[in-house]
Amino acid sequence: MSNDIMNLQLWQIGAAYVFIALLLVIVRRRGIGREREILIASIRMTLQLVLVGYVLVYIFESTHPLMTILAVGVMEAFAIDNIFKRTKEKLSGKLKKIIAFSMVTGTLTSILYFLFVVIRIYPWFNPQYFIPIAGMIIGNSMTGISLGVKGIAEGMRNQRALVESSLMLGATPARASREIVNSAFDSAILPTINSMVGMGIVSLPGMMTGQILSGTSPLIATKYQIAIMLGIVGSVALSVILFVILGYRTFFNQEDQLIQTDN
Amino acid sequence: MYKFEKVHYKNIINIEKLTIHENLVTSIVGPSGSGKTTFIRLLNKLISPDEGDIIYMGKRLMEWDSVELRRKVVMLPQQPAIYSGTVRDNLLKGLLYSEREPVSDDVLLKMLESVKLNKDLEDDAELLSGGEKQRLALGRVLLMEPEVLLLDEPSSALDDKTELMIIEEVVDYTRRNNKTLVMVTHSNRIAEDFSDQIIRISPDEPVQIREVSR
Repeated sequence: MSNDIMNLQLWQIGAAYVFIALLLVIVRRRGIGREREILIASIRMTLQLVLVGYVLVYIFESTHPLMTILAVGVMEAFAIDNIFKRTKEKLSGKLKKIIAFSMVTGTLTSILYFLFVVIRIYPWFNPQYFIPIAGMIIGNSMTGISLGVKGIAEGMRNQRALVESSLMLGATPARASREIVNSAFDSAILPTINSMVGMGIVSLPGMMTGQILSGTSPLIATKYQIAIMLGIVGSVALSVILFVILGYRTFFNQEDQLIQTDN
Repeated sequence: MYKFEKVHYKNIINIEKLTIHENLVTSIVGPSGSGKTTFIRLLNKLISPDEGDIIYMGKRLMEWDSVELRRKVVMLPQQPAIYSGTVRDNLLKGLLYSEREPVSDDVLLKMLESVKLNKDLEDDAELLSGGEKQRLALGRVLLMEPEVLLLDEPSSALDDKTELMIIEEVVDYTRRNNKTLVMVTHSNRIAEDFSDQIIRISPDEPVQIREVSR
């Protein structure tokens, strides 16, 4: 058994598109009317991956740390923008700033700790490690903060009367929103906690699968997977807690009053 | 105790000059939509006027720390919130939120008696009826021994007996302890029967103040 990965020829990739053709036939025959979306999705997937492949090759070949920093910066920007777009609630300018701040601070702290203390990569900007690990940590924290935003915004809207009641009893804004903040944090980290439960039994995690496919020993892949999972938990927790303890305050003004919403 | 000077709030409140006296019972009356609730929300700084000054104890409200003020000037809203937990949890909430020492069960039981709530401290507060919740919320506020009590008239969903009981209890507390009460009511009768001063407000007309001799 060779430890080298088998490269795919172009015609082999082409052959894989048979699956899309099959899907199109089914959808067409049954009159479901999703052909357009399926085509667009397949084309987008193909183009985006080809593009990112070439970008990564370019970054890997360059030996300049700025390339790595730029790549991480772009990932952070896309992730933050994605959180804004995913949230159905109207976000105030202040809340958006706090989202960006928590996201960048939470993920960067975890990424740097993970790369320099846990894995100890060399050189420090080694894109082969830096970029995929930053990607996983940023992606998971993005989902976490999105859930946190939803929790805080919905909580403040649905429990407005309760929060105001607490203010009337002399509570500080922090005390009056404590239950909302805690429950937003809890619901934001729960999916990450749950994902650890089924790991390795229900399915093999993506990174581990990738490493195994590329010829890494499953034991090494396991060690990496455990370490990255812990890094993800840490980063999600850190960015979400930063977000919730800063974010609730944007619903109050300087006079400790609930900000009026005109709806 | 409170002085209003050229106070305007969103075309709802337009008051040129007004004084609310210490140690008295003041009723705020006016037709529905006249801004009665808005008026008392200004007094504990749940909202602030767009223009003008409200002065409490010689200091402008904007100079008061809002949280500190709300620990002295406590409001019982029309529909007070009941927190999940027991009757005891709910009674202690005001002391907890205003960062004061909790009181013993004996004190709590006495309070339940004085607000005529025949319940156990361990009972689930969320299972109480509307009137019982209102009385529980009153007990919670009275335990805080506020300098000024702001009472928005109990929700119309309540029976008259509970409404009257709550007003009697609050007025009694105020007079016995030399505190100040400002209450909103739609009923001229209640205003006449209980208060020392009646303030009639309306967004379009100047406020009318009437002293009631007792």
